[in-house]
Amino acid sequence: MAYGNSDQQRVQPTRATKLVIAGGFGVGKTTMVGSVSEIPPLRTEELITEASEGVDDLAGVEQKTTTTVALDFGRITINEDLILYLFGTPGQDRFWFMWDELARGAIGAVVLADTRRLDSCFGAVDFFERRGLPFVVGVNCFDNAYRYGTEEVRAALDIDDHIPVLLCDARERESTKQVLVTLLQHAMAEARLAGTVS
Amino acid sequence: MTVTDEEWFDEAAGPLVRPYAMTGGRTRSTTLGLDLITLVVAMHTVSEVDLDQEYARILQACQQPISVVEVAAQVDLPLQVVKVLLSDLIIQRHIIFRSAEAQTSESPSQHVLQAVLDGIRKL
Repeated sequence: MAYGNSDQQRVQPTRATKLVIAGGFGVGKTTMVGSVSEIPPLRTEELITEASEGVDDLAGVEQKTTTTVALDFGRITINEDLILYLFGTPGQDRFWFMWDELARGAIGAVVLADTRRLDSCFGAVDFFERRGLPFVVGVNCFDNAYRYGTEEVRAALDIDDHIPVLLCDARERESTKQVLVTLLQHAMAEARLAGTVS
Repeated sequence: MTVTDEEWFDEAAGPLVRPYAMTGGRTRSTTLGLDLITLVVAMHTVSEVDLDQEYARILQACQQPISVVEVAAQVDLPLQVVKVLLSDLIIQRHIIFRSAEAQTSESPSQHVLQAVLDGIRKL
């Protein structure tokens, strides 16, 4: 990877692919990214201009505000030719347009669930179901949280039987690896299924 | 990116323009389809070309293959601004880019899925 200006020295760009880690605010998405990333999670920001939602706007005067959406991500070099990026979704559900770019062409998604606030991942489950993006549900086991069984979570979230639901600890590298391996196996099974149907 | 004849400030003062002024007000339509994970790489070192500060910082970040989103994190500018500035550098042939695997097909191939699966198992 030497610096240089001749074509001989130039390293060829490799290929990149990505997966998405979604879930409610504070559920541990960035922690999960960091548990397997080869770099500390990086943050980038996007400026969003949106109409303000105030009720006392002057009629006929368009009010706009600029908001910043933060996107955390990590990286795993799979081999010399392929890089995997892991993106944590922005915590606020209203930034769906960011989810569109994140989901486009992604391998799949992990929906990280906190059993104390299961409702906070309904939006993510709906989104990936509608997009037809393969996903698995990781139930993050917080130390002081009552541990529901995976089937209870499946029932509460109304998730199809063929979609994997597994317990995990987002802080633990081995646990996150297991979640990602399950996602990859699920995505490959879905792709094979799609291949035989079409 | 205009520098007038009357330069009354110096570089130590830092950028005097807001991010979207750096892009000349351009936003979404002019970014060559650059995606978050499109990989870019510089064709020149910074010392080989004469560029304004923000362009030079981006070119410096691209000396090895790097994704658009990593460039944005490194130079600490909003993604959309970085996409526009990268597009300028690509058009000027200072940088080349390769579309992400994600863009070339609707979903990753079995070959890519298998490679990622193997890679994660080896972590």
